[in-house]
Amino acid sequence: MGAGRGDPKVTGVLPVALASATKLIGLIMHSVKEYVALMELHREVDPSRVEEVLRMFVGKIYQKPPLRSSVKRSLRVREIYEIEILEIEGRHVLFRVRCQSGTYIRKLCHDVGLILGVEAHMRELRRIATAHFREDMAVTLHELSEALFIWRELKDDSFLRKRMLPAEAIVAHLPKIVVKDSAVDAIAHGAQLAAPGVVKLHEGISKGDLVALMTMKGELIAVARAEMSTEEILQASRGIVATPQRVFMEPGTYPRMWKRKGGESGEARS
Amino acid sequence: MKRGEEFLEFLDKLGNVNRRWVVKDPNETTSDKYGYVPWDRPIDLFIKKGMVVVDKPPGPTSHEVVAWIKRMFNVEKAGHGGTLEPSPR
Repeated sequence: MGAGRGDPKVTGVLPVALASATKLIGLIMHSVKEYVALMELHREVDPSRVEEVLRMFVGKIYQKPPLRSSVKRSLRVREIYEIEILEIEGRHVLFRVRCQSGTYIRKLCHDVGLILGVEAHMRELRRIATAHFREDMAVTLHELSEALFIWRELKDDSFLRKRMLPAEAIVAHLPKIVVKDSAVDAIAHGAQLAAPGVVKLHEGISKGDLVALMTMKGELIAVARAEMSTEEILQASRGIVATPQRVFMEPGTYPRMWKRKGGESGEARS
Repeated sequence: MKRGEEFLEFLDKLGNVNRRWVVKDPNETTSDKYGYVPWDRPIDLFIKKGMVVVDKPPGPTSHEVVAWIKRMFNVEKAGHGGTLEPSPR
């Protein structure tokens, strides 16, 4: 508890995956981030000048990771998609920034100060979004421990369910292919999905796209690479549609309906 | 399976997926003998296949927050989706 000296003033959206959902969390590790930052200028500057300089940083910028960072300190390119000034009061500038993962906002504040010629530093930082997870979905550790208490002590899990999301939420942004019950277990064993196993799918899928293979109940089976486009899948009566990259569902969750090499009955559906 | 469809719709909305669905096999149904609509998983399974969007407080590092959550839920594993500063990834 005593630690955290690294950055006491940094708060906000932190998606945390539990148990078997952990293997999916890497999928959003490098997603778009959005912050609200409080920058303190070391001398007062005309607000229009501040706005002008901040706008210069929208687009591709070069950043060298700070001294105390866990990554190699070589110059790297990061993209800033959007900067909006929310408020300027004296030497304090509150702004919202949408940027590529791995952008140092502390560094950004420092560099803005350099260009303004007055120096500046980051006072506070709040992350308001990571990928599609936004501030209004976030729960405090306090709310969470309360919900856990109510479940464990009062045997009511409704609060806990409301504070959490199923792991499927991590792949919510992916285009999806819904799979027949009979084809589910083969994919859970790592097999490719064939055309007859498809129930429905999103439009606009291209060959090579990352897709989520889902059951008709909405469960994630695997994250896969599409081998055909939406149109091709719709027309195909046979052939491989998608190749699993990361299987999420445990084998045996759905019944085995595919033929084993040596025999054993069962209908081969995919 | 109405509730499964509702869940898929919920996911699309959450992930800002604005694509339309196209149906290949309109007559297919799913059996309620196996699997669960993720919302309806028994609570232990719901946790094991679950996640939390935490509002990280000032003070602890992202890693410390994950360690606390692991302990709170009594799960063997947990992981976050990109640390907050000082070294954001």
